[in-house]
Amino acid sequence: MALDSKTPSGPLAQKWDKHRFDLKLVNPANKRKFEVLVVGSGLAGASAAASLAELGYKVKCFCFQDSPRRAHSIAAQGGINAAKNYQNDGDSVYRLFYDTIKGGDFRAREANVYRLAQVSVNIIDQCVAQGVPFAREYGGLLANRSFGGAQVSRTFYARGQTGQQLLLGAYQALARQISLGAVQMFPRTEMLDVVLVDGHAKGIVVRNLVTGEVSTHAGDAVVLATGGYGNAFFLSTNAKGCNVTSIWRAYKKGAFFANPCYTQIHPTCIPVSGDHQSKLTLMSESLRNDGRVWAPKRKEDCTKPPGSIPEDARDYFLERKYPSFGNLAPRDISSRAAKEACDAGHGVGPGGLGVYLDFADSIKRLGVNVIRERYGNLFDMYEKITGENAYEVPMRIYPAVHYTMGGTWVDYNLMTSVPGLFVLGEANFSDHGANRLGASALMQGLADGYFVLPYTIGHYFATSKIARPATSHAEFRKAEEGVQERINRLLASKGKRTVTSFHRELGKLLWEKCGMARNEAGLKAALKRIPEIREEFWKNLIVTGQNGGLNQSLEYAGRVADFMEFAELLCTDALHRRESCGGHFREEFQTPDGEAERDDANFSYVAAWEFQGLDKPPVLHKEPLVYEEVHMSTRSYK
Amino acid sequence: MNLTLKVWRQSNGQSQGRFETYAAKNIIEDMSFLEMLDVVNEELMERGQEPFAFDSDCREGICGMCSLVINGIPHGGHKGTATCQLHMRHFKDGDTITIEPWRAKAFPVIKDLVTNRSAFDRIIQAGGFVSVNTGGTPDGNAIPVPKIAADAAMDAAACIGCGACVAVCKNASAMLFVAAKASHLNLLPQGQPEKDRRALKMVQQMDEEGFGNCTVTGSCEAVCPKEISLSFIAKLNRDFGVATLKGK
Repeated sequence: MALDSKTPSGPLAQKWDKHRFDLKLVNPANKRKFEVLVVGSGLAGASAAASLAELGYKVKCFCFQDSPRRAHSIAAQGGINAAKNYQNDGDSVYRLFYDTIKGGDFRAREANVYRLAQVSVNIIDQCVAQGVPFAREYGGLLANRSFGGAQVSRTFYARGQTGQQLLLGAYQALARQISLGAVQMFPRTEMLDVVLVDGHAKGIVVRNLVTGEVSTHAGDAVVLATGGYGNAFFLSTNAKGCNVTSIWRAYKKGAFFANPCYTQIHPTCIPVSGDHQSKLTLMSESLRNDGRVWAPKRKEDCTKPPGSIPEDARDYFLERKYPSFGNLAPRDISSRAAKEACDAGHGVGPGGLGVYLDFADSIKRLGVNVIRERYGNLFDMYEKITGENAYEVPMRIYPAVHYTMGGTWVDYNLMTSVPGLFVLGEANFSDHGANRLGASALMQGLADGYFVLPYTIGHYFATSKIARPATSHAEFRKAEEGVQERINRLLASKGKRTVTSFHRELGKLLWEKCGMARNEAGLKAALKRIPEIREEFWKNLIVTGQNGGLNQSLEYAGRVADFMEFAELLCTDALHRRESCGGHFREEFQTPDGEAERDDANFSYVAAWEFQGLDKPPVLHKEPLVYEEVHMSTRSYK
Repeated sequence: MNLTLKVWRQSNGQSQGRFETYAAKNIIEDMSFLEMLDVVNEELMERGQEPFAFDSDCREGICGMCSLVINGIPHGGHKGTATCQLHMRHFKDGDTITIEPWRAKAFPVIKDLVTNRSAFDRIIQAGGFVSVNTGGTPDGNAIPVPKIAADAAMDAAACIGCGACVAVCKNASAMLFVAAKASHLNLLPQGQPEKDRRALKMVQQMDEEGFGNCTVTGSCEAVCPKEISLSFIAKLNRDFGVATLKGK
């Protein structure tokens, strides 16, 4: 199958305008005849569901949480980028586009990224109109701050809770449509399969998590906005419930999965404190505006109190290695630098897995009150978890899995290789290439939901002309039976090991072999080990309780079962990409000074994998990355 | 440290609940409270027993999913702390800890420690929004918002919708939750056109859901993990009063 990105022709800056004109429309009276199933209620899902309902489509929205307001977008702290140039510091749509493409290590689709930069300005206007309480200057205008990978201040923020406020804006827009009867909401409902009829996505199978009832829903299109797969690593900054299930089931039904090896390790997380750890907590990247990252120069200083280590015995390694970006170097680069320092024996804290993020200079320069106003909630959060006061001693940080750039392959219209199936937000692969810049995830989720899908989905309806089937159709019965059978198989698992113990084992393996640095031998070892763990999982798993009613052990088992399969694809992709780029660092491919070495001649493409069955290797489809506008350069932040 | 847990078990909304006692062994102080519960549940499962159900998701105090009454106090009684942010360093060896679900008529128990809080969603649906469609909005800087108003709105908007305010209130009133959302929007210029209707509709929905009346005891403010101020209730009362007088 040919991989057609459907990127419009013409000059880059005019592609989206031209495309919007070329897209077929559905007249207002006909829109109500179309029903859209939206799975996920985060920034992308909620904004899409609300916007589609406003246009007149009938929408059903599903989320596994008890309320759409709890989707994990809520935890994003730092901010959202937009090319407003309110600061008069040289920003423009083109600069945001260029920074994003460069930040992604030239592995993103040019036209998508340009469109993202274009609509970024509309997102801010939309959110302000919804009443999102962005930070303001005394004159009443919007404030900005700077973020990693950029030399302009284009990040809009609402204290350290930007994701929360943007999500509540989208949630409230969704709530309004629910009250108008335009959206039917299904909380505590998990999607377990997508139903294809005549090759088009026309429905889903869901399980009501409260009653255990499995049911099907038919629609004219299916939209998945279910987030990333970072929890494959067990420990990540993702919420406990985040999972790969919906996009994995879609993959097994023919939706190609692109670039799974592009995983983002965030440099500023609170280090692991022990084996009991259930998740990791992020400290916003915005802290790097005022915090300086360092490690002791002498190994023997690592156990001393940081205050007793003199200035000349500290290695401010980001400032030293990347003088022009300093502490605001992009995430992949900062994470690797921290890992290098710790690997070389300069790490601090338990297990030597940490470096300092020090605010002493900023507190001296700006006063403690300014720092408290900017980051108070983050300092409080740090103290709750570690019991340490970061106004007095430097924070300890270490990189952790945070975001996944890979995801379901989508074309310029956000449609997957399965017609009628659209994937938005973190769940798709589209805009961040091999590495995402800070404050760009919120931008992409809302761009997809508010300003891209509402246009492109209409074109599918206007051109595909395939009627919505009834749920009595044989394909629905077949999918439902498949789901039920899997649930029964999980419930029959009366072995000796808990789901958590399997998940932890898988996660540890992935972190070691397919984490911040990867190599051929390690990936091959992981690919050998994963099927063994999976086999044991199905033989020796304990799942307690019944299907009829709330059963968290069963829910979790189902999600981990999918991670067990997905992990193999992750490692397969990482093994095949014999280059280093962005979040994918292959130890064999680095420059003499340890920087990532890209191979544009052989790997300048999107790797989209097609499922062939669990016991067969997936088929690789390549979408060549053609850069009409930018020149692919070696990424340098020095 | 070793602890004794008294945990509320209830099979479903229709059945009678009861406390059951469990031992939490070898707990270390760096664990979060929920990680301690994970350890106990793991042991139960290894013995083939059913773990107790509790809600949690982000585990960093922002999603509002976690909801435990710990020793009689929602979220455990540490200032500005949600259950998931509570750490075991606040407990000592030999302690007995009682763990219950939110208790309120409007939050029926689903199972064990898990309750149904969709009443909150319906209150937002009644008026907790600004009626703007996607697109066609003015430039973000077209309407200046005084910093003081933006900051106050943000203070109110910080609510995570967990429901601790209801769980602690002797009347199971949702006034702090309703006041936080109504004030967030009513303090901003964007919220003005629907200010009266918002106050009336949200309060009306709150009453219909079976939440009790507010007698301003302030316990809600005391347990709120985001420290939402009681003064927003005063603001809601004023907005509601003005709207009622206007007869809208």
